[in-house]
Amino acid sequence: MRKFAASQAESIIRSIPMPVYLPVEKEGLVEYARYEEGVKLALDTCKTEKSPKDVLFPQWEDLMHFRVEGKNITLTEQERCSQDYVLFGARACDIRAFKVLDKVFLADPVDTYYAARRQHGIIVAMACGEPLDSCFCGVFGVDPAEPEADVILWKVGEEYYADSRTEKGKKLLDSWPTQPAEEAPVKAAKADIAKKLDSKPFAHLNLKGFDGDHMKELFASPKWKQLSLACLGCGSCTFACPTCQCYDIRDYDTGHGVQRYRCWDSCMYSDFTLMAAGTPRPTQLERYRQRFMHKLVYFPANNDGMYSCVGCGRCVRKCPMNLNIVKVIKALGEGNK
Amino acid sequence: MNKESLVPVLGVVTDVRVDTPDVKTFRVNALTGGKCFEHKPGQCAMLSIPGVGEAMFSITSSPTNEEYMEFSIKKCGCLTTWLHQMEVGQQIAIRGPYGNAFPVDGDLKGQNLLFIAGGIGLAPLRSVINYVRDNRKDYGNIDIVYGSRSKEDLVDYPEITNEWCKEAGISVHLTIDRAEEGWDGHVGFVPSYVTELGFNPDGRVLVCGPPIMIKFVLQALDKLGYDHKQVYTTMELRMKCGIGKCGRCNIGSKYVCKDGPVFRFDQLGELPDEY
Amino acid sequence: MQVIANAIKKRALELLADGTVARVLGWQPGEQQSDWSPALFESADDMKDFVYGKYAGANLSKTCLKFNKAEGKTLVVLKPCDALSFNQLLKEHRLNRDKFYIIGAGCKGMEDENGLLLKCQCCKGKTFEVFDEVIDDEESRRLPPSDRFEQVARLEKMTHQERFDFWRSELSRCIRCNACRNVCPACTCQKCVFDNPDSGVAAKANTTDFEENMFHIIRAFHVAGRCTDCGECSRVCPQHIPLHLLNRKFIKDIDELYGDYQAGIGEEERTPLTTYTKTDADPGVVHERGNE
Repeated sequence: MRKFAASQAESIIRSIPMPVYLPVEKEGLVEYARYEEGVKLALDTCKTEKSPKDVLFPQWEDLMHFRVEGKNITLTEQERCSQDYVLFGARACDIRAFKVLDKVFLADPVDTYYAARRQHGIIVAMACGEPLDSCFCGVFGVDPAEPEADVILWKVGEEYYADSRTEKGKKLLDSWPTQPAEEAPVKAAKADIAKKLDSKPFAHLNLKGFDGDHMKELFASPKWKQLSLACLGCGSCTFACPTCQCYDIRDYDTGHGVQRYRCWDSCMYSDFTLMAAGTPRPTQLERYRQRFMHKLVYFPANNDGMYSCVGCGRCVRKCPMNLNIVKVIKALGEGNK
Repeated sequence: MNKESLVPVLGVVTDVRVDTPDVKTFRVNALTGGKCFEHKPGQCAMLSIPGVGEAMFSITSSPTNEEYMEFSIKKCGCLTTWLHQMEVGQQIAIRGPYGNAFPVDGDLKGQNLLFIAGGIGLAPLRSVINYVRDNRKDYGNIDIVYGSRSKEDLVDYPEITNEWCKEAGISVHLTIDRAEEGWDGHVGFVPSYVTELGFNPDGRVLVCGPPIMIKFVLQALDKLGYDHKQVYTTMELRMKCGIGKCGRCNIGSKYVCKDGPVFRFDQLGELPDEY
Repeated sequence: MQVIANAIKKRALELLADGTVARVLGWQPGEQQSDWSPALFESADDMKDFVYGKYAGANLSKTCLKFNKAEGKTLVVLKPCDALSFNQLLKEHRLNRDKFYIIGAGCKGMEDENGLLLKCQCCKGKTFEVFDEVIDDEESRRLPPSDRFEQVARLEKMTHQERFDFWRSELSRCIRCNACRNVCPACTCQKCVFDNPDSGVAAKANTTDFEENMFHIIRAFHVAGRCTDCGECSRVCPQHIPLHLLNRKFIKDIDELYGDYQAGIGEEERTPLTTYTKTDADPGVVHERGNE
């Protein structure tokens, strides 16, 4: 166990010889951004507006470039990520979400764009001293005091305690100016975090009933009508969610060729499943149902029971009509009547 | 490093054949000759024209054809309209093969096979029919029931009449929706023709065509005594990545591009009622 | 507000019971104090969850579109600003007056977990443009003073570069979620130009940074003259972009060029931008103003 003064954090970050992405405050909002001189660090903020999903799966990225001349086509692939980088200050929920994304993108056939970024990232996590009322990561087996990262930081008083969990984490931590530290304060901090999380309003959501066996029953529930009534189909939930991974592939004519790019998409959008012959999800009810059935039933059915929700609570905070996965779980789960 | 599945290879159109007023069959070769890649019967490929779009099409030629791949494309949207203007020599971007295949080496082996198709639905089944013809001794009797709106809407008509009809062990039953001059074959919809013909409910059935046709064919097969485990079909949903990641073709716990497009009917029964 | 809420609930239950309405559009409480959601109530039993009060910020007029062809009448609870949107939709023949029973609900300003909503800081009025009955009280009829165009005026005083930088910075946060468009009662096109792949502007993410800006400017133009300034666009934006300022700028311009105009008032269907008079501002004035 090592430690360093909180006031030293910025100089440590500055000294890391590769790009560092971390929570930064700009005009009152905290988002992940690349570190540069003059940014306002916000390492103690529990919840960023969007998750750090962008670092592995950017909101939009170029995949390849085409040139079309008469009947001939030339194709150039986009370079893959080849530079190491550090994701600093990520939280346990968002890091667990990476494992959900891995299940999709690293499944055969491997998405090499994602794989390259995943491979080159070193994750320095921050344990959550102050969970929010909207947090319920514990329901999905996430421990905010023990994020699954390369290096973990715990804030105790005005110091950060640090411990590495992997080879590349150890290498990074060893390069920082730190002092040896006792384990006891971290143990106490962890116990405190557990207690705080346990007292949050959604800490004891019951997931009973959300499994492959109940798929048809849940699908046919008459409760979807009320649950989906106010849904605008705006996709804010999808954008803020750390595990949502639906994407679109489009061509953009730059005037000097065609850029094929991929960008985030949302199953909540009306054109998501639109074909020449129509769509199997004509109203918002079907689309609303699809998103939550995917998160709570279909994804676990394909991935040994792993849910595609990490309890970060961003949908609870973001939805303009106050709809969210908690309300779905409570309405449809067996154990929450 | 693995080849990235989202990046296509380049192919070239080496032949264009007009099948019906809205269906053309394109022959595609690799730029250096030969095929762009190998495939199994029932699999599909993503064809794209940069700037116009990309879409999934079933490969209608059999893998036993070692010279080229063929796609039968119906003109019904922006990309297909553009593809219909293609001339010989046009390069296209192609990636694949995607999807599961019909179980020609598994459940279908040694069985009597009944192929039921409507309109452009013959395209994926043609891949299997020609594969079976090239591996004749591995399969039992073949019956093909194929119908379309009119005579000129029957796809692959020359191949059907000049080759399939003339082979021993293959019975071809064609039908068109409404009587017309110059047609002295059967007149009527495919599902009722299936009932009329009355097949023994042994062997396996492969059905492909418009969803409404499939629905009524299934009812007809039920009445003939077939079990849903004996009947295969292909599903069609909007697809973008083709590799089970972008979520577009997700239905229940399946991705049509990866776990399909070939499904057995009892498997479809387990999926949510969304198609 | 509880007195008003109780009265509305009582009335709604009466109208459900005697068959005047088949369903009620209102709000239901959430999991925490302020996360109310618009909700549908189809029976007296459902109505147990009905609430009205200071967390009922959402504008229900657009939700009414879903019930325009439903069987029987729908009772909808509208605040004064919502009633303007509803009336505008009536004028555009998007809503059928006979299908709705409107209870005008008195409002004392709406809040969320951060306090008074941005839109309520400039309340346009406490009278109801369209209603079947009004349930309010003296306090809710009082209109707090405000200067609706104060922020717009401040933007107008900036230099071109300052204004450009301001909007580029604000709009850079846009994630093209389309919440603003989906909630806007003036945006009712069956096939939005931004969803049409043939239009060339249907991309979902910024292939170039500029594209996000174009979305908002195009949308502001499309709703100009019909936007009632209900403020929902800014309320729902997950990135806290002050979109209503764009629309207010257009309203200010319309007021100055064509005379004071508030969309959603009265029965005249034609707006300043869809009528021509010989005294209309000369096209040259646009060029002059652009150079200021």
